[in-house]
Amino acid sequence: MQDSWDIAVLGGGPAGGEAARAAAAYGARIVLIDEQARPGGQVWRAKDTAREDVGDSSETAAGNLHRARLEKSTVTFLSQARLWHIERAEDQWHLHLLVDGCSQRHAARSVILAPGAREFVQPFPGWTTPGVFGLAGVTALMKSQQCPPGRRSVVSGGGPLAIFAASEILRLGGEVAAVVTPNSKAEWLRCWPEFMANPSLTLRGAEMMMRLKRAGVPILWRHLVSRASGDPTLRAVQVTPCHANWTPRGGESAIEADALCVGHGLVPNSEVAVLAGLTPQYDAQQGGWIAASGPLGETELPGLYLCGDGAGLRGAAASQNQGARVGEAAAMALNGQRPGKTSHRTSAAERFGRAMTRLAIPQPGLARLTDADTIVCRCEAIPRRKLDAAIDAGATSLDALKSATRCGMGPCGGKYCLTNAARLIGEKTGKQLADIPPPVPRPPLFPLPVDAVGAGFDYDNLPIPAPAPL
Amino acid sequence: MTSASMPKRTDADLRFRFNGTEYSARPGETLAAALLRAGVPMLSEPASDARGAFCWMGWCQECRVRHEGRWVEACRLFVHDGLEAHGRRADDAG
Repeated sequence: MQDSWDIAVLGGGPAGGEAARAAAAYGARIVLIDEQARPGGQVWRAKDTAREDVGDSSETAAGNLHRARLEKSTVTFLSQARLWHIERAEDQWHLHLLVDGCSQRHAARSVILAPGAREFVQPFPGWTTPGVFGLAGVTALMKSQQCPPGRRSVVSGGGPLAIFAASEILRLGGEVAAVVTPNSKAEWLRCWPEFMANPSLTLRGAEMMMRLKRAGVPILWRHLVSRASGDPTLRAVQVTPCHANWTPRGGESAIEADALCVGHGLVPNSEVAVLAGLTPQYDAQQGGWIAASGPLGETELPGLYLCGDGAGLRGAAASQNQGARVGEAAAMALNGQRPGKTSHRTSAAERFGRAMTRLAIPQPGLARLTDADTIVCRCEAIPRRKLDAAIDAGATSLDALKSATRCGMGPCGGKYCLTNAARLIGEKTGKQLADIPPPVPRPPLFPLPVDAVGAGFDYDNLPIPAPAPL
Repeated sequence: MTSASMPKRTDADLRFRFNGTEYSARPGETLAAALLRAGVPMLSEPASDARGAFCWMGWCQECRVRHEGRWVEACRLFVHDGLEAHGRRADDAG
């Protein structure tokens, strides 16, 4: 089966959803593809289940507005669809999607990629214990399922996400034992200009802080979670003070908890862009490896545009603005037009997003959390000592480390270990992270059931040449 | 401190089985969330390397369970009445 579109937009979050809507306003036939049942991305995840005793968060409200606007547009929404391959042939982009257990092909004249970001977590002892969750992941859980991560949670991370998650746990009826953040109060105060320029975002932050204060939740500034313990499931979380560069100072104290939400920043999802043929470049300020794109999302490949956090971390508000500009530019380009010269000034929302992103960028000392016995590659259960040994033996690129240890070859495809593996290589060899590129992504981008692509295959379909005449 | 109890849901009307034990869920709940609410964060079978949901976005594959002959991410699998699923075993390669 094959559908043909003017523009296919991948990712229904603030960037992708706005891009689709802006492009549709120009009369283009648009399909918006997303893994979830409804648009919104992770930041504006829709509620899958309702609870009468809790109202909507501001994120849910923003998402509902986003969904209502898309509903009114001519955009076709393709839900619960995952892209496993993208390729260009005959002047069109071809997208291979897994939908409801079957593979579908869609062709589009142009493609806008808005795949968002995923979470970075520095491995620490006990982080594979059930009850230890990604911080951003738990916010997605709470938005969609209206469920706190446990009875008594520790929330840890840099930037505003930890504050938001802790506030939401309280709102959903859970208990927060502590917020553990490597930031100092002074680092937050230095964002004062951005706060002043964004009163509504700042007010929301203040409301969250008030909720924590009212509930008596301690905030441990300049602290890290150093260990999680419990067998088989989480019972306690060990925390330690840290230096300004996030190096643990030593001296642990334990907090009893059955849930730990921990994140150390976000990583742009650049795999699809690279699979499409773009070259990734390292930019620490924007979250790591990203493909280059211009102010209107344009790339070096024809009809391929990037926007949102996947093109460099910027936050929801800025992603939404940028998505609208990119969608308009992509639609106009199909008609041979260019948008009028609106010299883009960095918006206040964008500066706010970048300031918040800076607070969450992991500092070098964090790597000390990963001791020799800590599992780095969760899928293959590979401890750091095995990776260190392989690097010492000469595996100084991610491809070589994969071959030597299977690090990154499990079901997640390296999404949760290769960033860490690159840091280990950097630490041992002195190489810059910019010189340790991720392995070339190959299809399928996630585990694909064989029958999804082989369904309908019959032995009669085998091309058997006619026997040569005698 | 706020209440330490998990939210009560009176209209949990879907029944499902995980590793042979019966649990309940409400419409729209995913398998991983329904089990978490029941106090079951561990999604692998007992006596295996203990793992549970981690990324909650369907990416890390830590929450994959066996359902109708396939590996499925429990954080993306909506519960339906009568659903049956099993966690990873120690000898599972997938």
